[in-house]
Amino acid sequence: MAAPRTNSGDPDRSQPRREGGPQGPKKQFFRRRKVCKFCEEAIDIIDYKDARLVGGFISERGKILPRRLTGTCSTHQRSLSLAIKRARNIALLPFSTGV
Amino acid sequence: MRNYEIIFIVRPDVTEEDVDKLIAQMEGVVAGAGGQVEKVEKLGRRRLAYRVEKQREGIYVLFRLQGSGDTVKEFERRLKVLDTVIKYLTIRIDEDLERAEKFKALRSKQESKKRRSKSAAAPPPQPAAEVPPA
Repeated sequence: MAAPRTNSGDPDRSQPRREGGPQGPKKQFFRRRKVCKFCEEAIDIIDYKDARLVGGFISERGKILPRRLTGTCSTHQRSLSLAIKRARNIALLPFSTGV
Repeated sequence: MRNYEIIFIVRPDVTEEDVDKLIAQMEGVVAGAGGQVEKVEKLGRRRLAYRVEKQREGIYVLFRLQGSGDTVKEFERRLKVLDTVIKYLTIRIDEDLERAEKFKALRSKQESKKRRSKSAAAPPPQPAAEVPPA
């Protein structure tokens, strides 16, 4: 998508971790949790009925939080998203909240 | 035979006895449709995350059963007919259970392997611990 743009955009994108960029301090806003909670606690089946557990992985607006924020591994993120969708279906979690 | 989990929400204005009666009735349905009830659990009164049929609360009931697709079909048909049930959800769980079993086995295997390697490396402290009783 950035084919015509040659110089200004690309170097930044190729090194997103570079410090001192235009948005450098933003990096420190949230500390990333490094391990997957479900791997850590050896939860094989993510229970959609446990609204308190599953509800911790949705945003204020009710969206599913991305892996990069929660640190969940890809296997568990997949089953987690399924669990969240099930919980929504049975009115344990909201489809959307807020405005 | 497959394992299913059916969860449904009963209207909050239904009395406790009526819920029990409903559960007994649904158990009969399962038995009549060639299934086996494994577990019934009343999860109790909970706030709904959004309004369902103008209700903000609901009584959750969980059924775990073994049976075929026809059992579930009949069960769901009954739930649809009942006015007291405002929402339900069926989930097939046998595949998940199998997968969980596999992971568990794998983990215990790893654990025992770890323990074995640890005990192989740590025989010296063991005799030392047995000295005090003697």
